[in-house]
Amino acid sequence: MVHTTTEQPIMTQSEFLNVVMPFKDKLYRLSKRLLISSEEAEDATQEVLMKLWSKNSDITNYKNVEAFAMTMTKNFCLDRLKSKQSSNLKLVHSNYEDGNTSLQKQMEARDSISWVEKIMEELPEQQKLVLQLRDVEEYDFKEIADLLEMQPTAVRVALSRARKTVREKLMQKHSYGIG
Amino acid sequence: MALDKIEILLEKYFEATTTVAEEEQLRDYFSQDSVAPHLEQYTPMFTYFSKAKDERFTKQVPLKPRVSYHKWISIAAVAVMAFGIYFGNDYREQREAEFAYQETKKALSLLAQNLERGTEKVAYLNEFEQAKQKIYNNN
Repeated sequence: MVHTTTEQPIMTQSEFLNVVMPFKDKLYRLSKRLLISSEEAEDATQEVLMKLWSKNSDITNYKNVEAFAMTMTKNFCLDRLKSKQSSNLKLVHSNYEDGNTSLQKQMEARDSISWVEKIMEELPEQQKLVLQLRDVEEYDFKEIADLLEMQPTAVRVALSRARKTVREKLMQKHSYGIG
Repeated sequence: MALDKIEILLEKYFEATTTVAEEEQLRDYFSQDSVAPHLEQYTPMFTYFSKAKDERFTKQVPLKPRVSYHKWISIAAVAVMAFGIYFGNDYREQREAEFAYQETKKALSLLAQNLERGTEKVAYLNEFEQAKQKIYNNN
């Protein structure tokens, strides 16, 4: 039995963590944007990182590991949402709004910054993604277009729409108080 | 920064024609305290984006040391094969010995049988000898 060693040099665990460290928070934030629940987002991030780890030697071949990991995360979360939807289950999240709003939670709701978060939750997935990648992660249009497999002009249109929707809903909340 | 410039940037921002750097300027403007009153309505948006960026992934990732997985598998396979050959050899030798023993036993019992038959025949010969003696004696 001959063990052929034509593979790429294998990364050690700490080398891998060094590669992954700069963008693991971005993966988590993207997952949370889509899945909303922080627990689900943690699981998704963990899953993606473990998948990356199992590819190990492959990832040195990718020019942009971050973009690759972000795409993986996006696909993983969208799949997750789809499977939850088809099995008629809603993603359960305990990070906010548990029905009986405590005083502290009401205070939080008044905080108009958290309004923006909730407004973003209501956006269509594509707009959520575009807004997250641009306004939170500061990706340029080319990167976003590659990541979402969209035309750069389509990215621009979706981004403009998302921003305007946030503005509009924020105005409504301001004029009517808590919506 | 001049207020009119911010207003222009804002307009561009909602048409999604600002650059990343210009958006950075907007976030900077809205993160400070002296935001023009008529623009204050936009503050939550930009402060939220800055705040959202601070969220961290804190969970540990249980990375199994899968680095030398293949190596270990092949080592294990070689070990199993070596054991197999070693003990297999022993076993085969034992089988061969047993076979040889059985064959020898068979051969020996065959020999014993034939020997017995031989003695029977010799018994006839004995008879003949006796008869011969009788004849001699009579003479």
